[in-house]
Amino acid sequence: MIDFLKTFINTIAAPEWFVSLAIVVFFVALFWEKLWTPKPALYVLGAAVAFFTVSLLDPNFRSIVTKADNVPIVAMLFLVGFFIWLSMSQAYENDRRIGRGEKPMEASEPVSKVLVWPDLVYTEFICLILFTVLLIVWSIFLKAPLEQPANPGDSPNPSKAPWYFLGLQEMLVYYDPWLAGVVFPSLIVVGLMAIPFIDKNKKGSGYYTFRERKVEITIFLFGFVILWILLIATGTFLRGPNWNFFGPYEFWDVGKLPPLVNINLSEYFWVKWLNTGLPKGWLLREAPGFIVVLLYLLTLPPLLARTLLRKYYEKLGPERYAVMVILLLSMGALPVKMYLRWLFNLKYIIAIPEYFFNI
Amino acid sequence: MTEKDPREPAAGGSPAGPEKSTAGTSPAPGQAAKPAASASRRGFLSWLVLAWIAFTAAMTAGLTALTRFLFPNVLFEPPSTFKAGPPSEYGIGIVDERWKERFGVWIVRDEEGLYALSTTCTHLGCTPNWLSADEKFKCPCHGSGFYKTGINFEGPAPRPLERYRILLAEDGQVLVDKSRKFQWEKGQWEDPESLLKA
Repeated sequence: MIDFLKTFINTIAAPEWFVSLAIVVFFVALFWEKLWTPKPALYVLGAAVAFFTVSLLDPNFRSIVTKADNVPIVAMLFLVGFFIWLSMSQAYENDRRIGRGEKPMEASEPVSKVLVWPDLVYTEFICLILFTVLLIVWSIFLKAPLEQPANPGDSPNPSKAPWYFLGLQEMLVYYDPWLAGVVFPSLIVVGLMAIPFIDKNKKGSGYYTFRERKVEITIFLFGFVILWILLIATGTFLRGPNWNFFGPYEFWDVGKLPPLVNINLSEYFWVKWLNTGLPKGWLLREAPGFIVVLLYLLTLPPLLARTLLRKYYEKLGPERYAVMVILLLSMGALPVKMYLRWLFNLKYIIAIPEYFFNI
Repeated sequence: MTEKDPREPAAGGSPAGPEKSTAGTSPAPGQAAKPAASASRRGFLSWLVLAWIAFTAAMTAGLTALTRFLFPNVLFEPPSTFKAGPPSEYGIGIVDERWKERFGVWIVRDEEGLYALSTTCTHLGCTPNWLSADEKFKCPCHGSGFYKTGINFEGPAPRPLERYRILLAEDGQVLVDKSRKFQWEKGQWEDPESLLKA
């Protein structure tokens, strides 16, 4: 029974299953109002703790999860869950109040003020001492791994980025370095800075609400939970030697080498579908890729403006809408490419190694 | 309430207040009459100029030192050419890893001859491992895979591993010259110097 369960979990830990499952759970959970009350949250927490506790009996799971580097990531998963629950539960509570014609919770908060000194500074001082103690105890019990001297001829296997960059490292598996390492990170930063200029929804200022900001919150949480936190967890727990995927109960076998031969779109198009050889010049060779990318970036925005995002196009105006939709499409490009790789072994949509240009 | 307290003594005891007014109405006598006050306007200006000169000089010196620091006195770089023994040491179909750590080169022999592969992954520059059982180079950073020839076939690496110039030295040893590299995607593997027929 246990073995069957382990095999099952290892099987659905394959990325195409596991990420699809996470996306479904994400949307169901977000719109399931009942979940964001104390009782169901406690059940979920209990289930998560039970899962971890029982799983720790498995030697492979234990060796990865209790590794000194990975312990804080486990803590992070619980903390992220808790804080999302905290804000969402207040948002749903406010929605219920607003639905009854009342004011949000925040309106009834006391307006009295306290002094910086001593009230705030003392609290900060106590926190500082407690966290210093925590960090010292932590560093004594969970030792930082000391590895052999740096040697450019010998990369550790697997070579993992610091935990906060594992999302980027996962992105680098699917995109060329200049995109995943330069363009996308810049777009993330610029996009986050652009939010206040794009978001014209005045509601929800000063109080938590979900109903009045459904789309905004959903987009943000999708980017944060699925495209950042989930990728960090994937990189920490599921990526093993040779950067292969391993199930949580699977032994990290250096010899596990699934064939992952992947193919560029040009090869799919010219060789597999048209049964001709690859054209000599890169322009003709990559024409199908260019068409796909241009279709994605140029025809989707006006199409969405007329259909799915019509309300937003009217509300934001053409300029704001253009910025918003381009940011949205670049965000969507990551999961799109991930699925194309997992399902069709597609390497690059446009591949011009002659000029270091690959998408 | 707490805001007022520090302000009051400042307004009464500030030396700047009265001095400003005298300097404004009659500058010359005001300054001559007050030799005891250490900070006169003219004196202050000359000190300011001096301070700025000193500050600029210090910054220039600091930046110069920093720039100098970017060019080390001794640069440790392994020689770009090395001799790798006679060709007979290399068996057909075998990837020789002897030169990986010191020079960053794999020497491989196939039916045609010997070629020197760079050990730098073309994706982001990690060092792949040669997995002899599976006959492929596999990068531990993002999972790129290369055939024995150096051609990329797995993961994100956009182009094949680079090859180095390889030739026979006068003493009959294999000579690898890392200062010239040959890239497949530019058609440079056709170059006779990228393959040592031996």
